[in-house]
Formats: sequence, C-alpha cells, structure tokens
Amino acid sequence: MSILVVAEHDNSEVKGSTLNTVTAASEIGGDVSILVAGSESSSVAEQAAKISGISSVIHVDDPIYKNFLAEDLGNLVVSVADGFNYILAPATTFGKNFLPRVAAKLDVQQISDIISIEDADTFKRPIYAGSCIATVKSTDSVKVITVRTTAFDASPVVDSSVNVDVGAVVDSLNNSKFVSDEIAESDRPELTAADVIVSGGRALGSSENFKIIEALADKLGAAVGASRAAVDAGYVPNDYQVGQTGKIVAPSLYIAIGISGAIQHLAGMKDSKVIVAINKDEDAPIFQVADYGLVGDLFEAVPELTDSV
Amino acid sequence: MKILVPIKRVVDYNVKVRPLSDNSNVDLNNVKMSVNPFCEIAVEEAVRLKESGQSSEVVVVTVGGDESQEQLRACLALGADRAILAQSEGLLEPLAIAKVLTKIVESENPNLIILGKQAIDGDNNQTGQMLASMLDMPQATFASELKIEGDSALVTREIDGGLQTINVSLPAVVTTDLRLNEPRYASLPNIMQAKKKELSIQNVSDLGIDVSNRTSILSVELPPTREAGVMVDSVDELVEKLKNEAKVIT
Ligand SMILES: Cc1cc2nc3c(=O)[nH]c(=O)nc-3n(C[C@H](O)[C@H](O)[C@H](O)COP(=O)(O)OP(=O)(O)OC[C@H]3O[C@@H](n4cnc5c(N)ncnc54)[C@H](O)[C@@H]3O)c2cc1C
Ligand SMILES: Nc1ncnc2c1ncn2[C@@H]1O[C@H](COP(=O)(O)O)[C@@H](O)[C@H]1O
Repeated sequence: MSILVVAEHDNSEVKGSTLNTVTAASEIGGDVSILVAGSESSSVAEQAAKISGISSVIHVDDPIYKNFLAEDLGNLVVSVADGFNYILAPATTFGKNFLPRVAAKLDVQQISDIISIEDADTFKRPIYAGSCIATVKSTDSVKVITVRTTAFDASPVVDSSVNVDVGAVVDSLNNSKFVSDEIAESDRPELTAADVIVSGGRALGSSENFKIIEALADKLGAAVGASRAAVDAGYVPNDYQVGQTGKIVAPSLYIAIGISGAIQHLAGMKDSKVIVAINKDEDAPIFQVADYGLVGDLFEAVPELTDSV
Repeated sequence: MKILVPIKRVVDYNVKVRPLSDNSNVDLNNVKMSVNPFCEIAVEEAVRLKESGQSSEVVVVTVGGDESQEQLRACLALGADRAILAQSEGLLEPLAIAKVLTKIVESENPNLIILGKQAIDGDNNQTGQMLASMLDMPQATFASELKIEGDSALVTREIDGGLQTINVSLPAVVTTDLRLNEPRYASLPNIMQAKKKELSIQNVSDLGIDVSNRTSILSVELPPTREAGVMVDSVDELVEKLKNEAKVIT
C-alpha cells in the first residue's frame, strides 16, 4: 500500500493536525509519503522528514502555494496522485477546502471525517451531528479521506530524517487570488491542541462579560471556546466555535459555561475526557454529558472558580 | 447575473436521529424534513443579491426524490424565481450529485453558484468543492461575506485560524457558513405565490452519467454513551473533585 498525506502547515511549522493524520495513515499500513506544498517552506519539509512513520517527503515550493488556495493545491495533489492507493488530509478547514476537488478529479467518492480504520476499505465516521456512527465501505480503487484529528494520536517527531524529494509545480489557473488574512493572535493555546478548554455560551450576554471566561482560561492555561450562539452574537470571533459545524475538540478538561448543550454543540466536544457544566437551569441537556455539574449563576460561580484554582 | 442555488432536503436540525433497530441505517420514518440550514443561507444570499439589483434570476435546484418538491417550494417562497428537480432513484452520494449539478450548470449557465458548506445529514462538506473542480471553476468555501465586484467576487471565508479574504473570478462556486446572513421566514402571501412559480422536473437517468454509489453503509450505531456524572453543590466541591478525583487540575 502506498499512502499520501497532504501536510497542513503555515510555511514555517507543521501543524499538529498533520501528525494526527500521519498516525491514521500508519494504521492503514504501508509506505507513507507526505506532501509539503508551500512558499519559503523548507523548514516545514525538514520537520516533516522527521515525523515518525513516514518514508519520504515530496516538497513543492512556489509562491502560488503560499496561501493554500484550493484550486492550485488540488491540481498539485492530482499531479502527484499517480501510484498512491490512499490520499489523506486532516478534516480541518485546510483539508475540507481542497481535498474534495482532488476526489472529483480522480472520480472518487471522498470519505469525510473518519474516526477509525476497520480494514483497508472500511472506515467509521460520525453522521447527523455525531448522533450516529456509520461504518462505511468504499469500492473506489483510490481512497480519498479526511481524518478527524481528535480520533488519532499525534505521530511523534524523531531525530532521524527521511529523504526530501523536490516535486514539480503545476501551472496556476489564476482564477482565485488571496487578498488578506485576519488571523487571530493569541498567547493562549490553540483550541484544537489544548489540554484544557473553557467555553462560554449565549448566557454571557456581551463580549465585555465574556472576559470572565477568558480570565478563568488564563488561570488554567486553557484555550477559549464558544457556542454558535456566542459567536453569532459577536461576543467572540468565528474561530472560537466548537461543534458540528465548527471545531472538533477533545481536551482532558472541557468546562461549558452558560451553554445549553444543543446536539450541534455536543458534536464538537463530547469526546473530551472530563466535562464540567455550569448552568443555572438544572434541566439543561449539557448536564447529561457532564461528569461534574454545577447549577448556579455563572456570574457568581465563574469568578469564584477563577479565584480558587 | 444568474445565480444557481443547489439545495438539499434533510432531517430537521431539531430531530435527534437514531439507528434502525437492525442497525442497517438511520431511522428516518416519520421525522420532520426541512431545507438544509446552510442551503437556506445560500438561498437568502442569492435573493438579497437579486433584491439589490445585482442579480436577475435565482434558480434553485435539488437532486432527489419527488418529495423534495416540498423543499423547492419552500425556497421559492423565500424568493427564488424558479426551481428544478433532478429526479433520482434513491439517495445519491456527493460525487454523483456534483456530476448531476455539472449538467444543470452546463444548461443553465449561471454566473454564480451558491451552495451550503455542508448538509447536516451526512456532514460530508464536499459537494460544492467537487462541483467547482468538475467545472474547473474557482471556489470560495465557508463564506461569511460576499461582495460582487464586476466580473469577480470578493469573499471572506471562515477558516480555523480566523478569516481569509479571497477574490475569485466569475463564474465561481461559493459555499455558505453560518455568519453569511440570517435567513428570513417566508410570509403567507409568498408561500401562496410560490405555488404558481415554475418547477420543472428532469430525470437523472436521462442525463447519461454514471451516478452509481461508490460506498456502502455496513452498519449505523449509536456512539458510546458517557456515564452519568455527579452534581456538585458548590464551587469548592467542584475544585476539590477536579483536583483529587478527576486529577485534571493541580
Ligand atoms: C446548521 C446548524 C449548525 C450549528 N452548528 C453549531 C455548532 O457548530 N456549535 C454550536 O455550539 N452550536 C451550533 N448550532 C446551534 C445550536 O443548535 C444551539 O442553538 C447553540 O449551541 C446554542 O448556544 P448556547 O448554548 O450558547 O445558547 P442557549 O441554547 O440559549 O443556552 C444558553 C444557556 O445558558 C444558561 N444560562 C442563562 N443565563 C445563565 C446564567 N446567568 N448563569 C448560568 N447559566 C445561564 C441557560 O440556562 C441556557 O442553558 C448549530 C445550529 C444549526 C441550525
Ligand atoms: N441532493 C442534492 N441536491 C442539490 N444540492 C445538494 C444536494 N446534496 C448536497 N447539495 C449541496 O451541497 C451542499 C453540501 O452538501 P454535502 O457535501 O453533502 O455536505 C449542500 O448544502 C447543498 O447546497
């Protein structure tokens, strides 16, 4: 078996999602190659060459790959696809954006967001906001797959490196142009990589009030998350959203504050190891998944909690 | 500017879906069906572009069974001008749906195609990207803002790290995220009027494309359930339990 993993990175470092995806590839078994496409990204290729479980790196460096536009990245992956039985990318906005383009060009039905590998062509994946888990068998000769990162451990980075081969650039269609980025700068850990997450919901009422969530998070060295309602209301930016249509997280500790526990929210956090819920409504559905529940007013409980941890 | 909006009939987002007792698939007997929420956002965006004079016609299309006419009518009531049902036997996969939509695009020639970023049944998040790829069109997925500027579109996208703005030349495929707009509710007069709008039916089997399934569902099960937790009476008790029982803080 020959497996290609498309690396997610920021042109300077490999992202954690890539390490989880390599583990999924190793579980399939066979030769795992990793494609690093970027601009001024040689440090990424060097790091990728040290990921445990891979046998080679293909590095394609060109300004057209700087912002990972789906058209150019998709065409590049198609150009190197020959000979691979599997093409994997993380089920992050990076992977979700371009991989279906590859699947379409190869005439393959992509399998999205797998959480386990049952055998060479059978996979498990959540459907209906995680209400059910489907076991899906693919008959396509090449399998194009996005991987739920929380379902696979990170592959370790080791001292020894494998070969880095330079791959060829594919001419750009030039029909899509990068204009600007608004990437949140934060000293807090990244949501999908954090060991502890403190999330707030609609009950916070304003971005000003949301600061009590941030204060608790900072005391715990935690990342900050939110429900859709809190994002829609503008209390926090979109990249805080946890859930079916936001980020999937599985920290050791998830503290849900003023969040009711709609199925779409649970879909993004119910695989957390320990869940704490603080809500003034004792019948809130979040308590059904919480290991520890506290019924009370968050505006009293949260500052008290911040003081005592 | 003509806008095509592919929509999907799905289980209403309030329904908690369960497996059938033989675990062969999900149980969709007698559950409420609706327009996929992300598709409603797509229709709303198209209708707003029309209302602001930037679009001349909004066409909604779905690939599905006869029952999907109900969701097409709902979109007509939201302001779409015309609907197409590409009638298929059984439920198709995103790859096949994108192939059918490619045929519709070739005959309708829209300048802009707006889809939902994901259908909340299969959570696949594929169809728009596949369609763009098959048509060799640029794409702007997970859109939270869309501006038409002459023969291109300026689109802000919700990505994991924050926001990204790109400029795609038209014709292009855009997929919607939650913050793009807040869809309106259809008024009674509009619901009545929608009954008179054109809804044409084509048969997928007449399109001459292979729409066979590439995957099969072997089983559908409930996810592992979490064991019931405990309620604590105070913040002090919570801290004590997190430190000494769960050992997740120090
Ligand atoms: C297509 C679609 C996709 C979606 N995707 C997502 C997603 O990815 N993520 C997501 O989170 N949601 C998602 N949702 C929305 C989801 O259905 C819920 O609407 C949302 O999660 C509710 O957010 P909330 O719990 O903050 O608000 P609410 O449901 O309004 O809950 C607020 C809670 O705060 C409690 N409360 C109020 N005041 C206090 C107080 N002073 N102290 C303590 N508790 C208090 C209340 O008892 C209540 O339980 C999606 C919905 C749709 C239709
Ligand atoms: N059967 C269908 N008919 C028309 N459009 C569809 C269909 N299925 C999916 N789509 C479109 O593709 C989007 C993404 O769906 P999916 O790739 O299944 O998550 C939906 O929001 C719709 O806009």
